[in-house]
Amino acid sequence: MSIFDYTLKEIQAKLHNKELTVTDLVAASYDQIDRVEEELKSFITLNKEAALAQAKQLDQETNDTNNPLFGIPVGIKDNVLTKGLKTTGASKMLSNFDDPLFDATVVEKLNDAKTVMIGKLNMDEFAMGSSTENSAFSTTHNPWNIDYVPGGSSGGSAAAVAGREVFFSLGSDTGGSIRGPSSYCGVVGMKPTYGLVSRFGVIAFASSLDQVGTITKTVEDNAHVLQAIAGQDPMDQTTVAVDVPNYQDTLKDGVKGLKIAVPKEFLAEGVSEEVKQSVLDALKVYEDLGATWEEVTLPHSKYAVAAYYIISSGEASANLARFDGIRYGHRSENATDMIDLFKKSRSEGFGAEVKRRIMFGTLTQSAGYYDDYYHKAQQARRLIKADFDQLFEKYDVVIGPTTPTTAFKIGEQIDDSLTMYANDLLTIPVNLAGVPAISIPSGFSAETGLPFGLQIIGKHFAEDTVFRTAYAFEQATDHHTKRPNLGGAK
Amino acid sequence: MAKVTKDQVKKIADVARLDINEEETEVLVQQLSDMLSYADVLKDLDTEGVEPLYQVHEHTNVLRKDEPRQWITQDEALKNATIKKDGQFQVPSILE
Amino acid sequence: MNFETIIGLEVHVELKTNSKIFSPSPNHFGAKPNENVNPIDLAYPGVLPQLNEEAINFAMKAAMALNCEIATHQRFDRKNYFYPDNPKAYQITQDAQPIGSNGWIDIEVDGKTKRIGITRIHMEEDAGKLIHSDDGYSLVDYNRAGTPLVEIVSEPDIRSPEEAYAYLEKLRNIIQFTGVSDVKMEEGSLRCDANISLRPIGQEKFGTKAELKNLNSFSFVQKGLEFEEKRQREVLLAGGEILQETRRYDEQTRETVLMRIKEGADDYRYFPEPDLMPLYIDEAWKERIRAEIPELPDARKKRYIEEYKLPAYDAMVLTSTKEMSDFFEATIEAEADIKQASNWLMGEVSAYMNKEQKDLSELALTPAGLAKMINLINDGTLSSKMAKKVFAELVENGGDPEKIIKEKGLVQISDEGQLTDIITKILDANEQSIEDFKNGKDRALGFLVGQVMKETKGQANPPMVNKILLAEMKKR
Repeated sequence: MSIFDYTLKEIQAKLHNKELTVTDLVAASYDQIDRVEEELKSFITLNKEAALAQAKQLDQETNDTNNPLFGIPVGIKDNVLTKGLKTTGASKMLSNFDDPLFDATVVEKLNDAKTVMIGKLNMDEFAMGSSTENSAFSTTHNPWNIDYVPGGSSGGSAAAVAGREVFFSLGSDTGGSIRGPSSYCGVVGMKPTYGLVSRFGVIAFASSLDQVGTITKTVEDNAHVLQAIAGQDPMDQTTVAVDVPNYQDTLKDGVKGLKIAVPKEFLAEGVSEEVKQSVLDALKVYEDLGATWEEVTLPHSKYAVAAYYIISSGEASANLARFDGIRYGHRSENATDMIDLFKKSRSEGFGAEVKRRIMFGTLTQSAGYYDDYYHKAQQARRLIKADFDQLFEKYDVVIGPTTPTTAFKIGEQIDDSLTMYANDLLTIPVNLAGVPAISIPSGFSAETGLPFGLQIIGKHFAEDTVFRTAYAFEQATDHHTKRPNLGGAK
Repeated sequence: MAKVTKDQVKKIADVARLDINEEETEVLVQQLSDMLSYADVLKDLDTEGVEPLYQVHEHTNVLRKDEPRQWITQDEALKNATIKKDGQFQVPSILE
Repeated sequence: MNFETIIGLEVHVELKTNSKIFSPSPNHFGAKPNENVNPIDLAYPGVLPQLNEEAINFAMKAAMALNCEIATHQRFDRKNYFYPDNPKAYQITQDAQPIGSNGWIDIEVDGKTKRIGITRIHMEEDAGKLIHSDDGYSLVDYNRAGTPLVEIVSEPDIRSPEEAYAYLEKLRNIIQFTGVSDVKMEEGSLRCDANISLRPIGQEKFGTKAELKNLNSFSFVQKGLEFEEKRQREVLLAGGEILQETRRYDEQTRETVLMRIKEGADDYRYFPEPDLMPLYIDEAWKERIRAEIPELPDARKKRYIEEYKLPAYDAMVLTSTKEMSDFFEATIEAEADIKQASNWLMGEVSAYMNKEQKDLSELALTPAGLAKMINLINDGTLSSKMAKKVFAELVENGGDPEKIIKEKGLVQISDEGQLTDIITKILDANEQSIEDFKNGKDRALGFLVGQVMKETKGQANPPMVNKILLAEMKKR
């Protein structure tokens, strides 16, 4: 049994009994990175020296067993700012952004919980993509089969957890960027309710959709980590003043009497047969556990992808306009005048997908397009949210697949952005409605051996119900105990 | 048929301060046209009387107290800039 | 052909909150470059705006003082444009739902009152500052970036450069009274752009307008508009066409110079700011702010004329700033004569402020000091000549007038016996002058008074010296 198979709680007990030290944990992370990173390429930047020094420091302290995160090695998606540690957003634009000057609020919270920062994780450039192929630095590989993508945009975050390089990671999810890769990599990925976790210090992609979330090996661990980073932040005025419940209190309460809605649109055309079957199998598990399910409809979900690309690209075109080469970031050396400096710095710094979205967002917010596209998309968002609101009047959770298929091969979709966008078909409506959703391992393809993910969606701020539902399935199955075979390269 | 023209693509690139060459322009004409065609699914949606939803939560008046706080030094402010002079950021002069 | 001039003004006013509108950076003028900035002002990746409650209160106060309706539902929007002083490449502003609308102010030109409409007033953030240098580069200082602003847009109701000047004076006067801004053009806390067009008299449709920028004082606004009025008239009379232009006022040549020709409207791609929650300003909030607005200059002016019986001119000068007006009222409160208080403030005090380029608040003079000095003049303790010396001390160093009089030995000699002794001595020594006086040479009296003043170092009470001199000469 590997050290990585312990839950966070079990590790705390072992740290307490001195069976393990923080240095053991951190060393284990870097050892595994040495073994598998050449295959996975999960990381953009490692923080080894500082991490080992911090581990030594923490080993002088006694851990508080009520803090499940003490001394735990963590990886952070590279769009989350870390003081004194390079943060790139996987963009050439920020390849020289050596000191972001401050920690994102979520990083501050992890620091308060005394986790140890192992490094910054690879992603699609500025979180735009579903495969991590849009990183300016490297493509991350799927730990279950390195010919396949890990999903995106938090591909490094999912691969590093699945590949046992860190004990947990943070990602961000705008249209499925945590849940997609978690599904492809067979790990547990939570996208919380919009407004539960601070976005301060997280490089904005689409401000009204972005949300930081947690990637772990188990549901219980996931609830522990979310507990540590959730809550209103004065630095992010879109966070909501809610009392965050203790998720552990209800985690193990079971699903007897739970009412599950299964939208027929989530099992429709475009969703592979084996993925559909995996969902039906999961529903059977829930029935056996005492829950009931019904087929329902989300009538406006067919408008979700279009609305999402208009809204997210529009917000992104403004959010990424600040990259002008003056105060930080890539500055072109070939500019002749001010406008030329803007254009050259941006054109040299941004990759093709980012430029495409900036162009689309600028276009659909322009006079003559705004009403038909941007405004209309925001109206569609209201209808999509209303669909969910209606379901949650009658049901506790909505369940479906996380992605229409298992992971695809590296390079397979890179030239076809519309097909690539369709990968997020089942995760996008959740961001538009702002509701929380988790992806948990729910089996493996007989054909490719790649994992399936089951998506469980709750109503606003019902993370406790989502965790409880996820935990019941996880404990009734053994998918989460399977591990990828890695390290062959060395 | 392409839904956007080359000229439009060039104009949008200019507005977004992106330099794109001929080849990129051609590709973007195709891609943006495809994306617009895809987005046209929204034209089937009846949104008569539907208020746009710009943010998923609709609470109001989240405010900060007017308390000043010095956070970084001048040196830090300039730390990540490539070209600076006399405590300021240097840029090519603006041609009016 | 005769033309009518149509002018609309866009005035930006910086609000003097303690911190910026969307970040906690200190908000004050005069710091070292890029010292009052933080990652939010520098638009670092990942930062978010944090709306300052006081900026809303200040903007609301200004809007109310300008007789605007206050919007109950408000939100912020992003206005997108690239410029090196605009760090996010979008400005957070209120496009669709401004805080105030449908306001007005009354101006007075040639003794006539005219009402100028205010279309809207909205909150937004200021940009940084670009300093142009000769070496082919510009330097950017972001200290000002994020300073809260209100933009006040007038209706096109203004019909002459003179009215424009009066509008600006009045606007500044009112805002200054609310206390939400220093409204100092020289420090940039009040800035003005002007739109001007001409149309043939009788025509309803507006002509094409030009926008004037770089108007760095009220008189430059007036002069720029005068030049532009003349330029447009000449173009139109010559059968030419006015283009939609942005023009810069050149202070040296006193001309407006073409900056750029606008083609259609700029497309700023405004959209609702997703990082801030909307505002809901209920009646209680509005009332709380309304209650904080002090009596405004027009009301005070009226009161000074009606209650204090002051001339209209005095009332206007005394209400030109809130400090002056408050100082005046406090001086009266300290039991000074109303007209004398007014005279001193309009005369010596204003002259000193002009000479020293200082605000009233920077003087050592207090209302109590001024009132006491005025009363010492009235009871004969101080001659007006001596009062000037006391005033010079009061205004520089402050203090109690009575103490100053003693320290400087400035007390007027009004003791009849003491004066008679001095006068007797002087008469004894100047018999020729007595003779001259008796022979009808009035100059001789002046000479004798001068001798008394010399002897008393100017402290003798002049009316008494006169009286005693005449009486004593009669006796001889």
